[in-house]
Amino acid sequence: MDETAQIENFERRIAAGESIEPKDWMPERFRKQLTRMISQHAHSEIVGMLPEGAWITRAPTLRRKITLLAKVQDEGGHGLYLYCAAETLGADRSELIDQLLAGKAKYSSIFNYPTLSWADIGVIGWFVDGAAIVNQTMLAKASYGPYSRAMIRICKEENFHKKQGFEIVATLAAGTPAQHAMVQDAVNRWWWPSLMMFGPHDADSPNSAELKRWGIKRRSNDELRQRFVDMTVPQAQAVNLTLPDPELRYNAATDQWHFGEINWEEFHRVINGDGPCNKERLQARRDAHENGRWVREAAEAYAAKQQRMQAA
Amino acid sequence: MSKTEATLNGDSQWPLWEVFVQGPEGEPHSHAGSLHAPDAALALQNARDVYSRRGGVSSIWVVPAKDIIASSSAENGLMFEPMDSKVYRHAQFYKVPRGVKNL
Ligand SMILES: [Fe+2]
Ligand SMILES: [Fe+2]
Repeated sequence: MDETAQIENFERRIAAGESIEPKDWMPERFRKQLTRMISQHAHSEIVGMLPEGAWITRAPTLRRKITLLAKVQDEGGHGLYLYCAAETLGADRSELIDQLLAGKAKYSSIFNYPTLSWADIGVIGWFVDGAAIVNQTMLAKASYGPYSRAMIRICKEENFHKKQGFEIVATLAAGTPAQHAMVQDAVNRWWWPSLMMFGPHDADSPNSAELKRWGIKRRSNDELRQRFVDMTVPQAQAVNLTLPDPELRYNAATDQWHFGEINWEEFHRVINGDGPCNKERLQARRDAHENGRWVREAAEAYAAKQQRMQAA
Repeated sequence: MSKTEATLNGDSQWPLWEVFVQGPEGEPHSHAGSLHAPDAALALQNARDVYSRRGGVSSIWVVPAKDIIASSSAENGLMFEPMDSKVYRHAQFYKVPRGVKNL
């Protein structure tokens, strides 16, 4: 088949809703875009362990502590599923990790904000995992098989993340005035960065049209953001918390919540490296990589010794 | 090959393993994903941590990815189409006189 016929065949398969598998022919640009997207997603899971990990030793009860440990461990697992999906496209995992450690790779801007109080852990589960679920439920139908399968596995695990977060939020919101104030403060700080997680407006999102045409994204950034807002407003009302947006109001005509404009200057600043914690996050990842070196070396030495003994 | 010396810097990726997981006993093993590990024992242990965190698993297989031979969808026509025309391999193809049961 010549290139034009291959592209035609590929686009026909996408249009028919077929799943593209690693050994199938695909346009180079499809491979590149997917590798970029999946590796950024993997990095986000791994860096995402840090803000919450910071509270494991300070969780208020044993129940909260085992929950948080399990959740952070899940996020590490999500990173692994995704690095493996990226590798099926021919990407080299050590190269992807080198790019992250060198500060050359992007990851979700949300993880560059600090976790200042215990209430942040609740709000992250509620907002950040909640937003991730909206995005990932769509990606579970992506046209690339390994990505879609990783997303299905991840979505099954995310529901616990969101629910445990909301349980913390509801408990604090129904607690003492000081506890209520603490969780309201966390809501105020995390609301806007959570809305930014969906990315730029459709009109300003250069990759969107292509990703949509190739069946990788089936909904636009703005559609997903709206879905998240519509889902979250009644949840906030149910536990007596307000969202920090004076423009927020229900639109009966569309049955949607209208919300104010995002501070895009902040979004671009944080994603390009100048958020409150970007340097700290990267340093933590570099330290983890260096401090884990002896473990990897020991595992290799042991594997080599076993091999020698078998050969002898 | 003195692979040991060459890779003994903790930055090797290690071989890739494909992981197959069996849910409840009696079910078939199905592909769960993949991971890197220096040897089979660690591949199994990592597979346990990565692919059975919610329990419900009764067995895990790990297979070196390089040893898997896969068909390619480009050859699906040659591989599988011959079977599509063999309707007589299905029970529904055969007519049974009215009233005859348990066939
Ligand atoms: Fe996750
Ligand atoms: Fe999560």
